[in-house]
Amino acid sequence: MLIKTTSSAYDHGVPSEITPTEVYHARRDLLRWMASGAAGATLASWGAREAFAQSVKLPGKNVPLAAVKSPVAGAMSLEKLTDYKDATGYNNFYEFGTDKSDPARNAGTLKTSPWSVEIEGLVKKPGRYALEDLLKLSAMEERIYRLRCVEGWSMVIPWLGYSLSALIKRVEPLGAAKYVEFVTLADPKTMPGVTSRVLDWPYVEGLRLDEAMHPLTLLSFGMYGELLPKQSGAPLRLVVPWKYGFKSGKSIVKIRFTDKQPLTAWNKAAPREYGFYSNVNPGVDHPRWSQASERRIGEDGLFARKRKTLLFNGYEAQVGQLYAGMDLKTYF
Amino acid sequence: MSVAPGVGVVHSGRWLGGVALGKPAVFVLLLLPLAWLVYAVAFNQLGANPAQALVRATGDWTLRMLCLVLALTPLRLQFDLPQLARLRRMVGVFVYFYAVLHLLSYAWFDMGFVWVDVVKDIPKRPFILVGFTAWVALSLLALTSFDRAVKWLGGKNWRRLHRSVYAVAALALLHFFWMRAAKNDLYEVAVYALVVAVLLGWRAVRALRARTRA
Repeated sequence: MLIKTTSSAYDHGVPSEITPTEVYHARRDLLRWMASGAAGATLASWGAREAFAQSVKLPGKNVPLAAVKSPVAGAMSLEKLTDYKDATGYNNFYEFGTDKSDPARNAGTLKTSPWSVEIEGLVKKPGRYALEDLLKLSAMEERIYRLRCVEGWSMVIPWLGYSLSALIKRVEPLGAAKYVEFVTLADPKTMPGVTSRVLDWPYVEGLRLDEAMHPLTLLSFGMYGELLPKQSGAPLRLVVPWKYGFKSGKSIVKIRFTDKQPLTAWNKAAPREYGFYSNVNPGVDHPRWSQASERRIGEDGLFARKRKTLLFNGYEAQVGQLYAGMDLKTYF
Repeated sequence: MSVAPGVGVVHSGRWLGGVALGKPAVFVLLLLPLAWLVYAVAFNQLGANPAQALVRATGDWTLRMLCLVLALTPLRLQFDLPQLARLRRMVGVFVYFYAVLHLLSYAWFDMGFVWVDVVKDIPKRPFILVGFTAWVALSLLALTSFDRAVKWLGGKNWRRLHRSVYAVAALALLHFFWMRAAKNDLYEVAVYALVVAVLLGWRAVRALRARTRA
């Protein structure tokens, strides 16, 4: 029996557990070597691959992006991930065409470097922020979110990024700032869709400041362990998991802090069909279809019943208090 | 007629691969879209959202069949192809066939065959109500497409009833327009509308001419 006394002070490891000095130094050397040079870059990405092995198998389509699992409440859904192929091959990005296969087909022309985001409006520190600086602004987290499209389908996607609140705190909004507007790229040279009259370009989205500050509101730079593919909104986009997908603007170029509710693109195009809030809500139907249920892409077979849509896309515990006392039928 | 009667028939018969073969050949041809859809479902060729793809494809094919059936009379009279008259009712039944598939796809893949939900859904959404109205009208035409129905109604009444296919075309276009309107994505709608407008316009001009001549 092992009896500990105060005189033992601390437990010594058995000699076999102690790393020999030469092995310890060899590890340091390896890390130093990894941190420098092209070979280091290859190995570093290999390291990221290992770190991710648990939740996502890297699709190998883009540069890996290292991240830690998010500690934010509700940020790690345990549901089955949507296939990378479906998540990046079936989506809406009207700047590249209105068919859901258009973005994957046409987004190759998007130029994501150099890239910067203009911060303007009611903030203490407006200015142009380079993508490189935004990538380093806060620790990269992996978050697995449900995504519910207003069209009645859904996915489960592992994003990489950090809470938008980190950026907002950095630029210090003034007291008068009540809303945040997101303006996305509209470049007719590289985006064939912006010559169409489907929407007024550029695509504008917006959130109330408290929504934008919610820890679940993600400024995303990657998905499936890698940088965002162009069709999914590279190099940076928003992900607001409790709202319909179109609220999460892609390829953001400007973030503006205002005191007035922004006039968002879909709200402008069809005010009866798309409200400013657009929170996922099975009780408020779209005028042309029901929102009570959804089809999980790649999972619910053709002949399976659709699954029930949850209020705030299942994030009610985290975000419900943002809308306390509001009539969600009026503010849809 | 400027062409000698016998010559015209022989020539047109060859055009369709023989008078006797014409109708079965067209029958098989018009089943090909369904064959493709069955193949696509079986071999997973409908993309990430097969349910929506099926609802859309069956709707598209209903519209195409509708354009085809409306084209038969102008083609027959304009290009002197009398045997096209024999295809008219069959193509008409195909319009209904694809319309039924469209309605079934919606009821099955969208509503999970919960008829209570379907019944509640139809009046709630104007574009579905319009589509459903067109389907009900088509049902009447399909039910009276048999020889005995023609006899029972009498040729004149039968023709009058079946002219409601023009209204069906208008409703179908409205249904399609409404579906696409909010996205302002009206290119395809415009193409179908143009085809239908030409085919109905041709009839209007002809009727007007006949009246002024009389």
